[in-house]
Amino acid sequence: MSTFTINDKPMTVEVPDDTPILWALRDELGLTGTKFGCGMGLCGACTVHLDGQPIRSCITPVSVAVGKHITTIENIEYDELGAALQLAWVEAGVPQCGYCQGGQIMSAVALLKAKPKPNDEDIDDAMNGNICRCGTYTRIRAAIKSVSLTQGDKA
Amino acid sequence: MSDMIFSTATFDNMPANTGRRDLFRIAGASGLLLAVTGSGNVFAQTSTESVKYGGDKMPGGLVDNPLMFVSIADNGIVTVICHRSEMGQGVRTSIPMIVAEELDADINRVRVQQADGDEARYGNQNTDGSRSIRQWLEPGRRVGAAARAMLEAAAAAEWGVQVSEVQAQNHLLVHKPTGRKLPFGKVAAAAAKLQVPARDSLTFKAPAHFRYIGKDNVKLIDAQDIVTGRAGFGIDTRLEGMVYAVVARPPVLGGKVKSFDAAQALKVPGVLKVVELATTPLPASFNPLGGISVVARNTWAAIKGREALSIEWIDGSNATYDSAAFRATLEKAARSPAKAVRDDGKTIKVLGSSKRRLEAEYYLPHLAHATMEPPVATAHIVNGQCEVWAPVQAPEAARNIVAEKLDLKVEQVTVHVTLLGGGFGRKSKPDFVAEAALISKALDGKPVKLQWTREDDIRHDYLHAVSVQRFEAALDDKGMPTAWLHRSAAPTISSTFKQGAMGLSTGEIGMTAINIPFQIPNVRIETPEVEAMARIGWFRSVYNIPHAFGVQCFVDELATAAKRDSKDYLLELIGPDRKINPALLSDTSNYGEDPARYPIDTARMRRVINLAAEGAKWDRKLPKGHGIGIAMAYSFMSYTATAIEVEVTTEGDLRIVSVDSAIDCGPQVNVERIRSQVEGAVIMGIGLAKYGEITFKNGRVVQSNFNDHLLLRQSESPREIRVHLAPNDQSVEPGGVGEPPLPPIAPALCNAIFAATGKRIRTLPIGGQLSPVRT
Repeated sequence: MSTFTINDKPMTVEVPDDTPILWALRDELGLTGTKFGCGMGLCGACTVHLDGQPIRSCITPVSVAVGKHITTIENIEYDELGAALQLAWVEAGVPQCGYCQGGQIMSAVALLKAKPKPNDEDIDDAMNGNICRCGTYTRIRAAIKSVSLTQGDKA
Repeated sequence: MSDMIFSTATFDNMPANTGRRDLFRIAGASGLLLAVTGSGNVFAQTSTESVKYGGDKMPGGLVDNPLMFVSIADNGIVTVICHRSEMGQGVRTSIPMIVAEELDADINRVRVQQADGDEARYGNQNTDGSRSIRQWLEPGRRVGAAARAMLEAAAAAEWGVQVSEVQAQNHLLVHKPTGRKLPFGKVAAAAAKLQVPARDSLTFKAPAHFRYIGKDNVKLIDAQDIVTGRAGFGIDTRLEGMVYAVVARPPVLGGKVKSFDAAQALKVPGVLKVVELATTPLPASFNPLGGISVVARNTWAAIKGREALSIEWIDGSNATYDSAAFRATLEKAARSPAKAVRDDGKTIKVLGSSKRRLEAEYYLPHLAHATMEPPVATAHIVNGQCEVWAPVQAPEAARNIVAEKLDLKVEQVTVHVTLLGGGFGRKSKPDFVAEAALISKALDGKPVKLQWTREDDIRHDYLHAVSVQRFEAALDDKGMPTAWLHRSAAPTISSTFKQGAMGLSTGEIGMTAINIPFQIPNVRIETPEVEAMARIGWFRSVYNIPHAFGVQCFVDELATAAKRDSKDYLLELIGPDRKINPALLSDTSNYGEDPARYPIDTARMRRVINLAAEGAKWDRKLPKGHGIGIAMAYSFMSYTATAIEVEVTTEGDLRIVSVDSAIDCGPQVNVERIRSQVEGAVIMGIGLAKYGEITFKNGRVVQSNFNDHLLLRQSESPREIRVHLAPNDQSVEPGGVGEPPLPPIAPALCNAIFAATGKRIRTLPIGGQLSPVRT
């Protein structure tokens, strides 16, 4: 049994300790916004925040999250940067199939929290772990930059 | 509420969705006024012609009955049925746009509802072959126009005036002489009782009056749900009491289980049951591969349980499949005379007597679709009725295979189509849907979600065909070809449906091979016979990938041999502007379309080539280590060309400097999605060219996940992709968009690499071929 805070709510799952957070979220708790893509931490579709840091939930066991805060794509709109990025994603028409985009946004939020004005190399480093098979990378980059500019103006 | 409806998507058929879905259900249910009843086929085209083309030729044909596709609630909300599958191409936005246009509805008061698989009602639903808009733009406009005519007639009756005095305008019916107005919702009930007007009585908007089609002003209907994690993909289906399953499949195609021991698997916490699935003899068709299924309380437990299985397999004859050896088989076939499917002039004789000749061979490997959402399906069986939720491109095919495997009638199977987390042709094959249904049956109908892992996906795909493309040309004094021989040695997709089928089909060789419109007097196209040792299937743009690569690289080689500019040489080969009947090029396929409606238009070829070249500033001087390559393709009735600038460092690092891609798809509907499809094809195409490869050893796929099967990542993506749209021409026939931008990418890239380095890439993927040879 593992207890942690998910999207500001305390939650408990009764699964073996080695169960990846991904499957606890999706199958046990019904939070399906976090996606399965590879199971090896290679594609980033499963990205969530653990105490604010982006992690690959498909290779992170629930035992690691005990007592910590998990934020998923379902709740990122309550984060100012998250909401701004979601809006930018829609405005730029970023998604194609959309399957990877939750993970992309979670990585982008983490990037802009760490570096409010990232350069291209920063974007490469932060986003390289998130694969998009449809090929939306140029629009993802543009959407991140557009939010970086507006957020930067506020600072 | 009303103006949020189009921007926030709906997903009525997903049990996982809550809240808003119920809201819409109530809104939609309060008097669906154009009742959806009966069979769509009553309105299907009853052509008296013996030869059918296009959508009429497809299974289920075309349906344009508004009663099948449009309902209007008394609050005015218009619901449009989307009968094609959404996988990123934007069809759930584009189809409502088309219908709303002719209906003269306010797009903000239009919502979309995904159709279940039911071709008797909706006509063909296959979402492949770049056909959805190509074949449904006209029927979709008829749907909207017919519904509008019914509303206008109902309003005229209400007012007691001539129908000619009534006009639909932006969700209102207006009596033109008096200016009286009625909202759509107030007359929809009466309209629904009227006769559907005859097709030849319909009137259409002039394109100059379009408000949505081609106007680039409608946002993607599913975008908001996608970015908030609320969109419903196949993997997101959740049913009450649902269990989770994975399957251990025979590692070799045609293999099966010899024996297995489930004792350890059953000890894994959460594992509920282990089920053996029968293996159907080849051909593979859409049959599940068979194997051992582990059912558990969640996906992770199922995966762990599968790891604990002990299985002995019988491999069968494909255990000898070895990609290195098979390349030699393909090369031998490509170097031997074979059946000619086009034979203009005396190609063999001219090649034999020519003083100047050039020949080249290109090898292209198997490709895996690697959709980000691996195959997944949920099924349950209640009272002899099987209900399925799945991300499928061909819902009727899914229904059929489920019915066959469960020994049910097709009417006893319901297939709900979810969003697709990528398709690219993989999800046209519903083997995974049948797996889910079979496992549910073994569990007495219990709801089960069958999940493929990434390893399952990479190892058990319906692969794009491996091939060798061989070209021989005889050249005149100016270096222009007088003879052209092309042999396409590749396993055929037909082998997946007919055991032992060999040699490319008419449709397969009709993809940028037989139908090259070059001005060459002697042309011979051959289809050598090679067997298939893997499941071969459709992959985005299909055989256009190897054919466009071979043709466009070979043209570049010819230009180089002639010491000519590649673009000018390509344009000279295409020759003067003219429209060519594809039948004159021995192409009897023409993507199923009427050759009279869809001639090959060389002026449009020239235009996209020039658009790409001008975008890239083709004639400028480039820095050292840089090169620009160009390639063109005509596929799925659309014209595309791409120019790519690369930099290759002395260390062999490849950088994409810029990409200019042009497309002429004729009439444009959803302009933003055309651009995004082109951008996506550029990135996918570069990724495939650099890394895409599935290989076999001992009959088994060597690759397994994104560690050894690489996809392009953000840092390697071009920073800028310039998309050039030919003028939006509503006067020509619609072409496809999803697939056509892909074929020119790899040849443009490899031609650019040659321009930069002098090194010809004749084997894909590029992989480490640019690394300097260590001496």
